[in-house]
Amino acid sequence: MTDHDHDHDHDHQPSAVDPAIRTEALEQLLIERGLVTTNRIEDLIRHYEEEVGPMNGAKVVAAAWLDPEYKARLLEDGAAAIAELGFGGAQGERIVVVENTDDVHNVVVCTLCSCYPWPVLGLPPSWYKSPEYRARVAREPRAVLAEFGTDLPDETTIRVWDSSAEVRYFVLPQRPEGAAGDTVDDLAPLVTRDSMIGVRVVPSAAK
Amino acid sequence: MNGDPAATAPGVDLAMEGPAAPPRLNGELVFDAPWQTRAFGMAAALVEAGQVEWTHFQAALITRVRLADSSAMDTGVPSVYWQCWLDSLGDLATDGRLIDASAWSDRSERLAGRPSGHDH
Repeated sequence: MTDHDHDHDHDHQPSAVDPAIRTEALEQLLIERGLVTTNRIEDLIRHYEEEVGPMNGAKVVAAAWLDPEYKARLLEDGAAAIAELGFGGAQGERIVVVENTDDVHNVVVCTLCSCYPWPVLGLPPSWYKSPEYRARVAREPRAVLAEFGTDLPDETTIRVWDSSAEVRYFVLPQRPEGAAGDTVDDLAPLVTRDSMIGVRVVPSAAK
Repeated sequence: MNGDPAATAPGVDLAMEGPAAPPRLNGELVFDAPWQTRAFGMAAALVEAGQVEWTHFQAALITRVRLADSSAMDTGVPSVYWQCWLDSLGDLATDGRLIDASAWSDRSERLAGRPSGHDH
């Protein structure tokens, strides 16, 4: 029982229609014109959701924990060292890795939109895109981190890195005490996505 | 550790059928409706196919997000962000003449007029 008699402007503002329908319409048109295929769209979605997950980043972190030479290369040229492990692609052209130490804690934001190192962390979490996080973390990082349950000593310097189209930042978190393991496969599962954004630390390995 | 994105993904089996993509990243929902995922996938596919320049898309997205920041974006609802994404994609597709703006709005209207029993 939809009323379709209404008059409306057609000046590039079709947004009165449900975005789900507009998305479907756009997809139909692009497919009809042979510009994309359904399969390719679905492959790419899966790729970013499942394969390019935060586990890529976790492997990078684990490798850096295990191998000081790799860590040095990672801090020197993030994208190149990440590529050594086989990761790269869109939004990963220039990745700068910032290292957490006892004295410095790093946290990443994109104040403009949602720039994010996809090749290592997959898709950004919804809160990363929220106006609240984007506005507040630069202004009051300590308070925002506390809301994530990350209470840092007063002496710790907090550095906030603003990712952009040119540079994406990636945090190398500290290896927690008790994180035992000699291989990337041992250690990578301990590394959480949030620790690589910098809003949390890597939890101590609870046995 | 495959270099080529998704080249290894075999047959796709209705991964996006559910009403919302299940949370996979530390329990955090990345998308809260399937259309948002599709909009994401379309952009990725167009960029990969060379139909859309990633940097152009990103610039369009920044513009849209800035516009939305002053109003609806402040609600922090993920769908607002993904609408910006969709609009940016539409801006590029129509500006680059991949499709006509009028074709998009006409098709949207037509799909919107489907009988209400249509539920997918």
